[in-house]
Amino acid sequence: MQFPILSVIVLTPAITGILILLIPGERKSEIRVAALAASAVAMLLSFWVYFSYDISAGGYQFVEKYDWLPSLGISYHLGIDGISAPLVLLTGVVMFTGVLISWGIDDRPREFFALLFILATGVFGVFVALDLFGLFFFYEIAVFPMYLLIAIWGWKVTREYAAMKLTLYLFIGSVIALVGALAIYFKSDLNTFNMLLLEQVNFDPEFQKFWFPFVFFGFAILGGIFPFHNWSPDGHVAAPTAVSMFHAGVLMKLGAFAALRVGIMLLPEGATYHMPWIILLALVNVLYGAFIAMVQTDFKYVIGFSSVSHMGLVLIGFATLNREGLIGAGVQMFSHGIMTALFFAVVGMVYDQVHTREIPKLGGFVKAMPWVAVAFIIGGLVSMGMPGFSGFIAEFPIFMGLWRYQPWIAILAAISIVITASYIIRVTGRVFFGKIPQEFRDHTKDVTVLDKVALVLLCTILIAIGIFPRLMVPLVESGANNILRLLGG
Amino acid sequence: MFENIDPSIFLVILPEILLLVLVGLVLLFDILWKGSKGRNLGWLTVAGIGVILIATFILARPGDESRLVWGGMLRHDWLGFIFTIIFLFGAGITALFAMEVPHLGHRGEFYLLMLITTVGMSFMASAADLIMLYLAIETASIPLYILAGFFKTEDKSTESGFKYLLFGALSSAVMLYGFSLLYGFSGTTDIYALAQGLLAGELSLVLLLGPLVFVLVGFGFKISMVPFHFWAPDVYEGAPTPVAGFLSTASKAAGFAVLMRFLLAAFPETMPYWSVTIAILATASMTLGNVLAISQKNIKRLLAYSSIAHAGYALIGVAAATTFGITAAIFYLVVYVITNLAAFGIVAAFSRVANSEEISEYAGLSRRSPGFSWAILITFLSLAGMPPLGGFIAKVLVFAAAMEANLVWLAVVGVINSIFGLYYYLIVLKVVFLYRSEDEGKPFPITRTYNLAFAVLIFGIILLGTVFAPWFAWSGTAALALF
Repeated sequence: MQFPILSVIVLTPAITGILILLIPGERKSEIRVAALAASAVAMLLSFWVYFSYDISAGGYQFVEKYDWLPSLGISYHLGIDGISAPLVLLTGVVMFTGVLISWGIDDRPREFFALLFILATGVFGVFVALDLFGLFFFYEIAVFPMYLLIAIWGWKVTREYAAMKLTLYLFIGSVIALVGALAIYFKSDLNTFNMLLLEQVNFDPEFQKFWFPFVFFGFAILGGIFPFHNWSPDGHVAAPTAVSMFHAGVLMKLGAFAALRVGIMLLPEGATYHMPWIILLALVNVLYGAFIAMVQTDFKYVIGFSSVSHMGLVLIGFATLNREGLIGAGVQMFSHGIMTALFFAVVGMVYDQVHTREIPKLGGFVKAMPWVAVAFIIGGLVSMGMPGFSGFIAEFPIFMGLWRYQPWIAILAAISIVITASYIIRVTGRVFFGKIPQEFRDHTKDVTVLDKVALVLLCTILIAIGIFPRLMVPLVESGANNILRLLGG
Repeated sequence: MFENIDPSIFLVILPEILLLVLVGLVLLFDILWKGSKGRNLGWLTVAGIGVILIATFILARPGDESRLVWGGMLRHDWLGFIFTIIFLFGAGITALFAMEVPHLGHRGEFYLLMLITTVGMSFMASAADLIMLYLAIETASIPLYILAGFFKTEDKSTESGFKYLLFGALSSAVMLYGFSLLYGFSGTTDIYALAQGLLAGELSLVLLLGPLVFVLVGFGFKISMVPFHFWAPDVYEGAPTPVAGFLSTASKAAGFAVLMRFLLAAFPETMPYWSVTIAILATASMTLGNVLAISQKNIKRLLAYSSIAHAGYALIGVAAATTFGITAAIFYLVVYVITNLAAFGIVAAFSRVANSEEISEYAGLSRRSPGFSWAILITFLSLAGMPPLGGFIAKVLVFAAAMEANLVWLAVVGVINSIFGLYYYLIVLKVVFLYRSEDEGKPFPITRTYNLAFAVLIFGIILLGTVFAPWFAWSGTAALALF
């Protein structure tokens, strides 16, 4: 039997979380070290899995399968393909950098890390689950820790409201999707939750048309699809830095990924039928998110709405149902995850120094925090889709795919690039350049070494993918081919 | 004259016999240990129940074939067996919780009455004859009326006991009237013979549906199903907390055992009619329970409304009326009993220290006692149906049962309700984990008995939520006994 590496990745955070709870609460530095060690292990293992995935063989690899509830066909079934491998890596990286950045949390760090790690287990689990029941199991594990993480450690002004709103939105989505998943299970008559077998069933087209919206939108709520997106900026803003990173960086991908895996892959004809208006909704995401980001005065809301806009591109990529679109969306999930984690890390670092996020009150931080400024600019270039950065590798194929579907939609969507450039440049100029306000001049310090490590790691990945697309594109392509096969293309 | 009796039928009622022996022991030691050592009665009860559980497991297990014993009064099958285990477990945990409660744990009468109730419930779960059923229900109910009003000097407790008695007596009378009509129409009190008469076409359907409604009143009262739920919040609030926990778990499970057996054994032919009725009542229970729970300030009232809602979820499985549906309902009840016992245990442990049952008083608890707060977190998230806890699997199973029986609307109602549920459970967790209070620095002593009970229950909640295959198989065996 091979080494169960996926199980180790999935369970390491949760087991560490439980062990951390056993450490007395006042021994804070030991708690932090334990958290950092576990997240480093999870990240290194996810790097290892990512690079040892055999692209030429394709399909699902590192598969583990054990019976869980055989009489209903539920099994503990894990495996990764070309779409999920980058996402596992993404989760590992964001988890590690999130722990680095949360070093300064002083109010009950034990509970904070324990909840964050339980959340991480849920996220890893969804990305590697090949069993429909298992997918829901991990998905819900990822939902509830969010509530406490935001409500306890979040921004005092809106945290209770935002945490409850976010949790209820996500829970509503997941239970609606659950009903759809149960319908698929009973309709198939196979008595199995194994998604690899359910994919092979050619469900009746009427059935697919009816149930596809349940499953797709149930999950796409977490992907931030319009008009169910508005939990997301509120949630991101209210959350503490590491949780915003996790949230915008990883959790929104969770929604998009599950919508793809359960919605599009199990009900391909339903997807084809509903595709046009999903593209329109996602187009609204892209444009509306970008416009709203442009007029925000709160630094964190800018990033929050830019996430809505970029996630729209992911959903559009999926909805084109063609090769370019799927590859682009797959890379975009990874690229946006790292980029937005970087953005939220930067916002958090600035806020920790000056305790305000009002853009008009800020300025000139490039002198005090050069590393942070450079990191933000790199993130901004990714966000605008500049060649040489991962954003280009991701967005270009999406627009190509969209062009193949309908040129004028591609043109409309491309407007978002201009808007993105305008708000990124505006924020960069206002926050990092110009004169530093008198009140902040004396007590603005540079960030810690740990913060710098996190920033460098995130930036390196963004540039590496941009310069060497071969690191990721062939992998995602193998995953996209698998989906195209199901779509009959 | 006894030579024809097969001695194995005594093994069938072994748990009941042993419970009565334990009752005798409690009575005896209550007199012998008069004075300061009264607390040992609690341990005596717990140990005795432990012995009974083991003996029942080894000796009283039913065979593959269900059989009627004691002249058709009882049916020895897996349904009765599993529910008996549930009741014994509930009684043992309740005894642990009650031991430390002032004016309750030191009183021999409390353990005595609780054990007699358990005997009644155990007979309820296996009764196969209307007369036996009625006797069992009354044996279970009458001591509970006394227990609810156990604190004679407190107005709320007295009110609780009296209210419970009035509601109970009324619904019991209506149910008895239903039984008498059934007997009048069919000429038999045997539940299984009733079904055969129905199958043979000797009885008219319409005539039977009327009495069925009367009978449902009695059962609906037991499981606090809307519209027979009005007693629950007041009674739970006033009754001693361990008693309220016992009422909302073991007593409710007993009601479900009777309901499932009666509907499926006696009325298989009228299934389409009662299935719709139960589905509507399930909807009403879930919705009303969850909506009213949202605005509660008192934790026991919140749990009362939540337990009304949980009765609704379990009824989804009954409404599906398939083998899978009943399996799901039984699984749901197992999870619910364990989780809700923990919830009431939390209330009891908290009010012992803080002397309050207001939700707002739970503020600052996570700083005051982190371990206890995690117990609250696990319990309430299991009630809300979150993995990896028992409540998640239980909810998925009942919703799946509804989908399987083509009751898509019922599954949708169920999932929407679980959102309401999540909302108010999160509010409690918010108070515990987020809000500050002046009492944070004070110690929060939790005694050994509570720790033991919480350890068992929390372990059970997690076990049911992760390794669920064996429990599901057991529930399935119990459900098959009805078909």
